[in-house]
Amino acid sequence: MNEHSFFFTAMIYLAAAVVCVPVAKKLGLGSVLGYLLAGIFIGPNVMGFIGAEGQDILHFAEFGVVMMLFLIGIELEPSLLWKLRAPIVGLGGMQVLISTAVISVIAWWMGQPWNAALALGMTFSLSSTAIVLQILKEKGWMPSAAGQSAFSVLLFQDIAVIPMLAIFPLLAPVGAVTSTGGHSSREGLPGWMQTLMVFGAVITIILAGRYLVRPLLRLVAQVRVRELFTTFALLLVVGISVLMTLVGLSPALGAFLGGVVLANSEYRHELESDIEPFKGLLLGLFFIAVGASIDFKLIFAHPLMMVGLVLALMTVKCMILMGLGKIFKLSTDQNLLFGYSLSQVGEFAFVLLSFTRQNGILPDTTASMMTAVVALSMAFTPLVILLYEKLLQPRFTITENNTREADAIDEKNPVILAGFGKTGNVIGRFLLANGVPTTILDLDSDRIDMLHNLGIRAYYGDASRQDLLHAAGAAEAKIIIIATDTIDQTTEIVKVVRQHFPNLQMLVKAATIPDTFDLMELGVLHIYRESLDTSLRMGADALHMLGFRAYNARRAASTFRQHDEKALKELSALRDDRKTYLNTFKERIEEMSTLIQTDKVKPWNDEILSWDERSLMEEEGNPEVNEIPDASGSAEILNVKKENT
Amino acid sequence: MAKILILFAHPALEKSRIHAGLLKNIKGTQGVTLHDLYEVYPDLNIDADREQALLLQHDIILFQHPFYWYSAPAIIKQWQDLVLEHGWAYGHNGKALSGKRMGNVISTGGSQQSYTVEGHHGCTIHDFLLPFRQTARLCNMEYLPPFVIHGTHRLKRQDLPFCCMQYRETLEALRDDKYSPAMLQEATYLNDLIAQISERN
Repeated sequence: MNEHSFFFTAMIYLAAAVVCVPVAKKLGLGSVLGYLLAGIFIGPNVMGFIGAEGQDILHFAEFGVVMMLFLIGIELEPSLLWKLRAPIVGLGGMQVLISTAVISVIAWWMGQPWNAALALGMTFSLSSTAIVLQILKEKGWMPSAAGQSAFSVLLFQDIAVIPMLAIFPLLAPVGAVTSTGGHSSREGLPGWMQTLMVFGAVITIILAGRYLVRPLLRLVAQVRVRELFTTFALLLVVGISVLMTLVGLSPALGAFLGGVVLANSEYRHELESDIEPFKGLLLGLFFIAVGASIDFKLIFAHPLMMVGLVLALMTVKCMILMGLGKIFKLSTDQNLLFGYSLSQVGEFAFVLLSFTRQNGILPDTTASMMTAVVALSMAFTPLVILLYEKLLQPRFTITENNTREADAIDEKNPVILAGFGKTGNVIGRFLLANGVPTTILDLDSDRIDMLHNLGIRAYYGDASRQDLLHAAGAAEAKIIIIATDTIDQTTEIVKVVRQHFPNLQMLVKAATIPDTFDLMELGVLHIYRESLDTSLRMGADALHMLGFRAYNARRAASTFRQHDEKALKELSALRDDRKTYLNTFKERIEEMSTLIQTDKVKPWNDEILSWDERSLMEEEGNPEVNEIPDASGSAEILNVKKENT
Repeated sequence: MAKILILFAHPALEKSRIHAGLLKNIKGTQGVTLHDLYEVYPDLNIDADREQALLLQHDIILFQHPFYWYSAPAIIKQWQDLVLEHGWAYGHNGKALSGKRMGNVISTGGSQQSYTVEGHHGCTIHDFLLPFRQTARLCNMEYLPPFVIHGTHRLKRQDLPFCCMQYRETLEALRDDKYSPAMLQEATYLNDLIAQISERN
């Protein structure tokens, strides 16, 4: 069976991913759906490249989820985790309990015995960490209220799996073979010992992370063999998984904990970048395996029932989630996203269902049918999210863009400052220090609250909304300073201001050169590149430290800035509208090289001629004219420095 | 021993031979403080409080600069505008500087000959320095004759040490109060007084 050799299988998986994912992304479906489609395509039902081994691969690829949680942990400051404790326990706990209860009752009502109904309830109360977090990250929704809530719930579910695994053997009908399938060494120990082991494992991870792993990382890093660090990073995650499996805890949870412990370590970024590709690969493999494991024969045997079951299940879950979201004060659009995103059944269901089969809680046919339901619900998730993004979200963005209603603004000032981030912060302070009353708008509610605590009045709201700008007094104001975090927000505001408030002078911050071009195309006159002035000040100070006169260095920086802005304007005029990725990238390189070229050929610092007496010396016939240095030689001749002032 | 403050202004010292030489030569002279304005305030944002405090610590204030366009480089004017405040330097209550001495140390491209009524520039250095003279008077300060180095465009390397030495000796003589009021009253240039003292000795 040459065609089922390792390399052949690998080739099939990789090829399917390389073909399907870009197509799916291009169609706006997201990478998760791309992987799922790839899995369906190469699975036993369509092309049949892979058969029964799909299940094994699924188990193997679940390790991707472990890695993902390690990465999430490492990106998460412990303090943030502590801040999330209320939603994790409250929202997550209630979600698991209520979903389990409701689904169990429905299953019981549909004729399942109580123990099977309870097992199904617990299994289906879980959601898919892999799919949900991947989608939320890809869409950039992680920091939103829905993203944070979803993350909290998923984290609690990962914890909840532990008692579930403990309860399942108890649900087995009397006389059934009670093999929990666990390789856990916890089995057969008294309850207090089990608890002790669990706590022991958690404390081991925390202590080892603090006092053992960090010195080890330093040691490994000192060897300066790049792949050894990668090896160690992998060993770390695998080691945690083994330890957790040994004591019967969720490896994902352990990895998450390990990540959090290492979040403050100086090797955080190295660890992240080393694990990231493995996580991506395994997660992709996991999604492919899910796609391949969908049993279409079973589905096509009872198509209506299957689809009905999936939709009913997802609806029930979604409604419970949204009810909880309402209690936890999520705004409507965030609540919809929260409910929709978590409405599928998670990858742990595969494990739990195979348990129920082994323990005889569910008959084989029901178990495999439920497995198909789980896989289908996972496959539906990207579609549901797509539905939300394309159909529902746009309706809500008009009236409420975020989790919080815009504040009522009751002051009218000559200056409106949109965006109070790093840049806006300084501008706002500067204007206030100079007694210029400024209306501050920002979209970050934490920032607004912090400002309130400092006694600064700032308003929560999206400055690209015409009504909000009007309320902020845009019709009477003189100036709007736009210092928002992303170029998309910035261009939105610019467009609205141009259209509705032509009386406002715009001062716009741009992060990059491409952003600057975009703003130039929109006709913005006053564009301020974020890093330009800082860079030039640093450059000028460097010249000064090399011995250039301070005033010379300052003028050089100032002249360079004028030159740079002029060159940029000329480039912008030459730019044409090729928008595809490859072209633009090449274009950027070309633009940068043109800029550097003009720096070289233009004698931009030579107008210091006005203080040069060489021409006068020439007129007088002084032969020492050549001894006068030009500006570039100034570093050497300067022995005189300011003294005891 | 009087304390001397040199308010030095040259926008492109890296191109100067004269001033670089003069500064190098007076380095470390006791009782002389060099304050390099363009180096301290490259953005011309002059700290008036700091400057006033500096003035109070000294007895003789000298502006050292090239004689651009019959006057001083821009930062000197900026300095005057910001530091010599009404009510501090001048006006009914502005007595902070009274009794101090003030003067200019300048370099010109043209020769001494050209700075005469018949010469190329049509006026003497003394005439051109009228705004400084009157500024000193308004601030109740005594205005010193200028120290002038003429003909810098024609100046050769071998002439430089003489100028430098002259400058240092002049500063030391001022510091040690070797010039009588009558000498200062009569002198056209501060430079000439060095010779008078050495003749006397």
